[in-house]
Amino acid sequence: MNFTNFGRYILLLKSVFRKPEKLKIYLKEIAKQMDYVGVGSLGLIAIISTFIGAVMTLQIAFQLVSDFIPKTIIGSVNRDSSILELSPTISAIVLAGKIGSAISSEIGSMRVTEQIDALEIMGINAPGYLILPKIISGITMVPMLVIISMFLSISGGYIGGSISGAVTPAEYIQGITTDFNPYTITVALVKAFVFGFIITSVPAYEGFYVRGGALEVSQASTRAVVISCISILVCDYLVTQLLL
Amino acid sequence: MIEIKDIYKSFSGNDVLKGISGKFEEGVTNLIIGGSGSGKTTLLKCMVGLHQPDSGSVLYDGRDFTPMTYEQRIEVRKEIGMLFQGSALFDSMTVEENIMFPLNMFTDQSRKEKLERVDFCLERVNLAGKNKLFPAELSGGMKKRVGIARAISMNPKYLFCDEPNSGLDPKTSIVIDELIQEITEEYKTTTIVVTHDMNSVMGIGDYILFLHEGKKFWEGSNKEIAHTDIKELNDFVFASRFMKAAKDKF
Repeated sequence: MNFTNFGRYILLLKSVFRKPEKLKIYLKEIAKQMDYVGVGSLGLIAIISTFIGAVMTLQIAFQLVSDFIPKTIIGSVNRDSSILELSPTISAIVLAGKIGSAISSEIGSMRVTEQIDALEIMGINAPGYLILPKIISGITMVPMLVIISMFLSISGGYIGGSISGAVTPAEYIQGITTDFNPYTITVALVKAFVFGFIITSVPAYEGFYVRGGALEVSQASTRAVVISCISILVCDYLVTQLLL
Repeated sequence: MIEIKDIYKSFSGNDVLKGISGKFEEGVTNLIIGGSGSGKTTLLKCMVGLHQPDSGSVLYDGRDFTPMTYEQRIEVRKEIGMLFQGSALFDSMTVEENIMFPLNMFTDQSRKEKLERVDFCLERVNLAGKNKLFPAELSGGMKKRVGIARAISMNPKYLFCDEPNSGLDPKTSIVIDELIQEITEEYKTTTIVVTHDMNSVMGIGDYILFLHEGKKFWEGSNKEIAHTDIKELNDFVFASRFMKAAKDKF
């Protein structure tokens, strides 16, 4: 994103947060988007998180070859990795692909078929009506998905460890309950909030300013996913640096 | 009445509109005609505020639209209805929801009142009973008519139509033209139609503004258009052999 695009992105966000014409209609739209972003992504996040947790346990066990290191460490490392990094970041990147491309295509198609012009002619704040509900659903539902992902990732580690025999259930449970720092949850939720904003606002920007036809809409969709993923990784580093 | 004064607009150094002026009266069908690339859609977009003119002014009953703030523009836009070239119906909504959308946004009417208004608008465009269909289930002509129904749902003072006949067969085109003219006369709206359809020009052109290469070349009515000696206008209007033969005959 060059400076011109960044400036336009900020100006678009300014329009997004204008006072809604009718709150009731916006609330209805927010509920619809929350259902799409949250409930609609639950299955995908559940599968990915469970498997990542299981694989993490196996890999940590593979690397811990020393007899001086207790096996309970596997549970601790899995817990902290899942909470601090894997659940927020991997979930966000997966959601950027699923939700980001959908948002960009939806808004882009509306742009090229003059539906956004129609909203503006009616006197409706098109960025507010189209983008605000998506952003609100992103910043509320992505943290919820991340909480579920943390739980499933740690549970997946338990299942993976038990099935493979890499770690006993008792050792794993002891590991995940030892020296737990609740602050890590706060860090993860801050990340999820930031990622939720990126996942929804960046694709919305890309879709909103599409010019052309079907080809340009698909290109915008691809660009939206790429820029969202890069932004997520940059913000991941910045939030980690700031909060840890 | 809508008045435009000396409108200039350029894109990346390319001058599209070069000082266009004109007056569009209420209760009559005003047409903006011209060949492809003559600037007619750009002019329409400048008039409704989708493009900001480089200079010049657009007056809605004396209210200068161009320097208005966002909030002031919103108030004027509530008085505007527009039919888009591709109808621009919201894909995710039914016909009923499309027409009800501006009513939901800007009125405090009860659901019953809004449904009555929807039924009235649909009846007005001869689509009674099509409430629950989605845009994907409609033909091109039906989409245009739903577009008109949505445009008139808020009783607009100003009605803009961008190429209402594009992609339609001649018979359906005439139906749409007649509908626009009836609505204009019935509700005394200030109607501006951008078109290059000669049937529309001859059929409903109470006032015609002809654009050529971004300039106003001619203005007049459909009764006068056949008797001009402006080469650019004659080349445009009587481009087809049929129209040329018709002109020679009369």
